[in-house]
Amino acid sequence: MMERTSRISLRPMMTPFNVMLGIILAIGCVLTVLRFTGGLSVVTNLDDNNPWGIWIGFDLLCGVALAAGGYTTSAACYIFGLKRYHSAVRPAILTAFLGYALVVFALHYDVGRPWRLPFPIFWQQGTTSLLFEVGLCVFLYLTVLFIEFTPAAFEWLGFSKLREKILKLTILLTIFGVVLSTLHQSSLGALYTIVPSKLHPLWYSGYLPVYFFISSMFAGLSMVIFEGSLAHKYLHHKMDETHLRESEGVVLGFGKAASFIMAGYVAIKVIGLAVDNSWHYLFTGYGAWFLLELIGFVALPSFVYAIGVREKNIRLIQRTALWSVLGIVLNRFNISLIAFNWQLPTSERYFPSWMEIGVSLFIVAIGIVVYRFITANMPILYEHPDYRSEH
Amino acid sequence: MDTIFYSLQEFMTFSKGITYLIMGAILILMPLYWLFLTDRDEKKETY
Repeated sequence: MMERTSRISLRPMMTPFNVMLGIILAIGCVLTVLRFTGGLSVVTNLDDNNPWGIWIGFDLLCGVALAAGGYTTSAACYIFGLKRYHSAVRPAILTAFLGYALVVFALHYDVGRPWRLPFPIFWQQGTTSLLFEVGLCVFLYLTVLFIEFTPAAFEWLGFSKLREKILKLTILLTIFGVVLSTLHQSSLGALYTIVPSKLHPLWYSGYLPVYFFISSMFAGLSMVIFEGSLAHKYLHHKMDETHLRESEGVVLGFGKAASFIMAGYVAIKVIGLAVDNSWHYLFTGYGAWFLLELIGFVALPSFVYAIGVREKNIRLIQRTALWSVLGIVLNRFNISLIAFNWQLPTSERYFPSWMEIGVSLFIVAIGIVVYRFITANMPILYEHPDYRSEH
Repeated sequence: MDTIFYSLQEFMTFSKGITYLIMGAILILMPLYWLFLTDRDEKKETY
């Protein structure tokens, strides 16, 4: 009887997607053991020429950029007073919190010796290093995101007094979030200003910090739209009336903002080309790749966003959000991998091993599992019945 | 575009000149793009 019951309850979970997640998680556990027992050389193709691979290019750079929805959404709602986006705040904060937590988790694979993680903050600060600035900001911002996320957990656990105390800090936390995000999003770009001879001139610019910060804004907005469309498809039953009613306005408003910021981003990229007089590189192979990124994955999505907003075509905006997210991933890959060490012969160029890709997928899979657990249990996509209309 | 420069002064004059022209174009194009983006919005009474 016991066996029968457990078989019945497990059946709905055995979907192809869940099975795939399970396989990725199992392989990821094996790769984790290999990485921490055998070192980097066992699982990666990294070498002295290419010390940073996809664990930095994808897990860290893309993770941080795509988690920018947290600060953009909370700033829109609490600082600019756009309360009509309130229902998007909690999902965005959750995505940002998980994104940053997984960035720190992924960093362990690259850096190793996890027990020394607090050293740069508490023991030996390298105050002249950009990496220290990034580390400090990520440490502080992850703490801020955790505190911003706790009201949902407290509502779930029934800790109403603690929840009230945290809610009083909302504005302060939002301001902290915006300041810290401005600092480290741009610093991640600034990291690459120390490699002018390694990064292709079309991607290298003194304005890299500005590019990273501006692109993080539309990355975050696009990610909120994209994640919202997924939530609508797969977690529709979890959403309450307010969330469903406000979602169209969120898509239209964020689509409009993303479109305009992307247009501005294209403008400053062109200014960057003019300042460095890099026009002649546009007629090379790398130039074609650069134009594909800038026109195909920024200018065009910006225009399609605008069409979607004008025609109030929600479906079009949601698809464009995925397009823009892919554009951000392509941009970060170009800077950290494809246009990096561009002068080296092909034999010395970096290509990730399948185990590096496996670890990255493992980290994404962890994120999906935790997101699903939290949205299934905590009031993220709906308002808790005990605390309705308090904001 | 592959101009030869014999001094930093020449390079700066050329690249800044082009940059200012582009910035002028952006100053015109960005408000136009904003109008394109928002001209179908419902008009708000602001008085």
